[in-house]
Amino acid sequence: MKILVGIKRVVDFNVRVRVLPNGSGVDTDGVKMSVNPFDEIALEEALRLKEAGKASEVVVVSIGADECQQQLRTGLAMGADRAIQVSTSSAVQPLAAARALLKIIEREQPGLVLLGKQAIDDDNNQTGQMLAGLWNRPQATFASKLEVDGDKATVTREVDAGLETIGIALPAVVTVDLRLNEPRFVKLPDIMKAKRKPMDVVPLEELGIDAGPVYSIEKFAPPPQRQKGIMVESAEQLVQELKNRGLV
Amino acid sequence: MSKILIIAEHDGQALNLSTSKCVSCAQAIGGDIDIVVLGKSIEAVASQAAAVAGVNNVICVSADYLEHALAENWAPEIVAMATGYTHVLAPSTTFGKDLTPRIAALLGVNQLSDVMEVLDAYFFRRPIYAGNAIIDVRVPEDSITVATVRSASWPAAAEGGSAAIENRAATGSASAHTRWVGLESGGGDRPDLQSASKVVSGGRALGSAENFSIVYSLADKLGAAVGASRAAVDAGYVPNDMQVGQTGKIISPDLYLAFGISGAIQHITGIKDAGTIVAVNKDGEAPIFEIADIGLVGDLFSIIPELERLLG
Ligand SMILES: Cc1cc2nc3c(=O)[nH]c(=O)nc-3n(C[C@H](O)[C@H](O)[C@H](O)COP(=O)(O)OP(=O)(O)OC[C@H]3O[C@@H](n4cnc5c(N)ncnc54)[C@H](O)[C@@H]3O)c2cc1C
Ligand SMILES: Nc1ncnc2c1ncn2[C@@H]1O[C@H](COP(=O)(O)O)[C@@H](O)[C@H]1O
Repeated sequence: MKILVGIKRVVDFNVRVRVLPNGSGVDTDGVKMSVNPFDEIALEEALRLKEAGKASEVVVVSIGADECQQQLRTGLAMGADRAIQVSTSSAVQPLAAARALLKIIEREQPGLVLLGKQAIDDDNNQTGQMLAGLWNRPQATFASKLEVDGDKATVTREVDAGLETIGIALPAVVTVDLRLNEPRFVKLPDIMKAKRKPMDVVPLEELGIDAGPVYSIEKFAPPPQRQKGIMVESAEQLVQELKNRGLV
Repeated sequence: MSKILIIAEHDGQALNLSTSKCVSCAQAIGGDIDIVVLGKSIEAVASQAAAVAGVNNVICVSADYLEHALAENWAPEIVAMATGYTHVLAPSTTFGKDLTPRIAALLGVNQLSDVMEVLDAYFFRRPIYAGNAIIDVRVPEDSITVATVRSASWPAAAEGGSAAIENRAATGSASAHTRWVGLESGGGDRPDLQSASKVVSGGRALGSAENFSIVYSLADKLGAAVGASRAAVDAGYVPNDMQVGQTGKIISPDLYLAFGISGAIQHITGIKDAGTIVAVNKDGEAPIFEIADIGLVGDLFSIIPELERLLG
């Protein structure tokens, strides 16, 4: 079984993102970029399935400008066998991303597609669900446990009410949550090895997809800031303060 | 004029408050508002939906295979009835996040996530980058708008409505590929984290599941729900459904008390809309004090029992 893993290049989660003063976007100049943290977890899971003999090949795919090849290389260094860049210089919205991934699925015929539950830049949390819908296959979102058994899988999902378990037939789309696993660190020799692994570049236009009706972002603004409040010295003062404010 | 369809979130017995918050969002858009209730034996939920003020019609589709909210089964039902609506809304809870994008894709449109404000019927405000930026987004007027509604940004709509309830037959069939197996609920009888007016949260500093009992005990004294940081969940002190933050629950209680939580941006994202934030941390430099309304530097292991006594 082949596993396809979606990798998005995003601003590193440790960076405190700033909105540009003119409201045209966020400042990404000289900012550290990384693999979306959820996608690292997705890839780690794919690699573990391969190591357990349940998958034969792991292919990472990213839709984006040429810079996203860096993140694909990270994926290869972690252990993916091949990479595909769907190249485009403009940002793609989730419907277009899902339609592009579906085209790659048609070419690659994976048994499992692993994506992050959300990209931490746009916080959309849509692509996997859209892909599964368009592909007319099962979706198991927010996975914190994945057991693959032949052409079936059992997935534990982190939902608001607790942990939900579903059974799905493969092929399917699984989107991963933080507690699924802890991704491995990349070792230096692996970075060297990754340089020799194949990276295909497919221009987005060649896939012939329709981006659908797109939305436009007219303004970026910083969030309203909460004001720093007061400090109290003791539990007594805290309780008094809460009483004064009618909160207890 | 807009015609808005809201997908009800429920557990088979009770309508989730998140649905009523969607009604508030729909009212800000303006227009006719319908709620669709999918499920099995959903009469009780339907009448709760009909009692939300401002709702025109409640559409019920009941079938065995709709009992659990599997997107594979639910999305085609919504798609089948979407014609004629200008907007489809669902809460941006795990329920809505799972279901709604599949609907949007089948309708051939993008989805807007986490609507926090309506600027006009086709112009919305939402957070990105864990709430570090707020964007104003214009959606095309000539296609259906599918969106999830950020619950913490909206009040629950009033009660006292009397919408008509219409039963419709299901149009689809059970998915051959996806099977619901079970749900393991973490929470006990405490107030629901997402709708509680008071929340007491604990972080990594609690150190163990046993130690976390002091947090529960204080919460019970206050009639509060219990939350946690990701670190506390990852360490196994508490179940996942208690996580507050970017990848957990986004909440807006009147009072939020954080014990031994450092205040990472991903945690703060989940509590930005709280009324009053109280932080207790032994490190006076902890970032949580930058946003706390009331801060206290000290050891939570002595402060929590003291608070409990003082409140007693
Ligand atoms: C993609 C992504 C998503 C994330 N999503 C979330 C999320 O949804 N929610 C979330 O919470 N985190 C999330 N995180 C994790 C987040 O970055 C932090 O790691 C986490 O919030 C830290 O939890 P904490 O504050 O409990 O632990 P720590 O940061 O370790 O802080 C513990 C605090 O306890 C204090 N302390 C220690 N002992 C005592 C004592 N005896 N008395 C009083 N204070 C004491 C310390 O001074 C310290 O400030 C996410 C991270 C990533 C990368
Ligand atoms: N441009 C992209 N390239 C590759 N994968 C993507 C891209 N956009 C989204 N994805 C995948 O879809 C997941 C969810 O993204 P989103 O729906 O944008 O929050 C991500 O974690 C990725 O796995």
